[in-house]
Amino acid sequence: MEAAAFYSFSILAIASALFILFSRNLIYGAFALFLAFLGVAALYVLAGADFLAVTQIMVYVGGILVLLIFGIMLTQKANNNTVSDTPNKVEVLPSREIAGFLAGSGLFVFLGYIILDARFAMQGEVISSNSTIRTIGVELMTSHLLPFEIAAILLLVALVGAAYLALNRNPAQ
Amino acid sequence: MNTIPLEHYLFVAAALFCIGLAITITKRHFIGMLLGIELMLNAVNINLIAFSRYDPEKLSGQLFALFVIVVAAAEVTVALAIILRVFGHYNTVDPDKVSDLKK
Repeated sequence: MEAAAFYSFSILAIASALFILFSRNLIYGAFALFLAFLGVAALYVLAGADFLAVTQIMVYVGGILVLLIFGIMLTQKANNNTVSDTPNKVEVLPSREIAGFLAGSGLFVFLGYIILDARFAMQGEVISSNSTIRTIGVELMTSHLLPFEIAAILLLVALVGAAYLALNRNPAQ
Repeated sequence: MNTIPLEHYLFVAAALFCIGLAITITKRHFIGMLLGIELMLNAVNINLIAFSRYDPEKLSGQLFALFVIVVAAAEVTVALAIILRVFGHYNTVDPDKVSDLKK
């Protein structure tokens, strides 16, 4: 049962990732990325990380994907004469396609060789508790307090920086 | 519970990472490249969480994945702001055509 869920969600994630790779329409790619994120969140649940799965759905699907779709819509060409046939089209050079295929498959073969070659000796106990929220909260507030504060400052700086960059500084207006 | 071997998680993560790399290389669109980068960050998180299954007391992998998610969110906001500025300046989203610092 668990194995069936694992393999079906893995296939969902990988198939939607492949759809992004072969789709020429960026909006479809963004929606396929939504499916890929959901598949990855299900894999997190199957690995015993329930809090991370919910965070993944809230941050990626609720925040990042909406931002990306806004970005796609805001960067449309206003004076596009060849509209309506192929909206949101992404050009792909054949040479770039070959380079991407070679880099991707080569890296996959390399990583697969490493994974098969390495015999990971796991000595800890497998997660058995129902929820990881308590452990994550205690760890965040004790041994990981400094990274937590730095992440907060990073988010503040990113917020200020993004608002400043996106500000319209056109003197003509 | 947890009958799935660790290597299967690692293979799924490796496949997602390589597809993300191929997307980042092939797409001639800034936001297309950003989609690929997000996919790669997610694949790395699968690795961290799969190893964190064997560390139930401290959950270091899950905490690391949490910080990766935070950094990814910060990265996407700044990258989108830069893309919008570049689009306003050059009127293109093709990375090959943005080759000058100043137009």
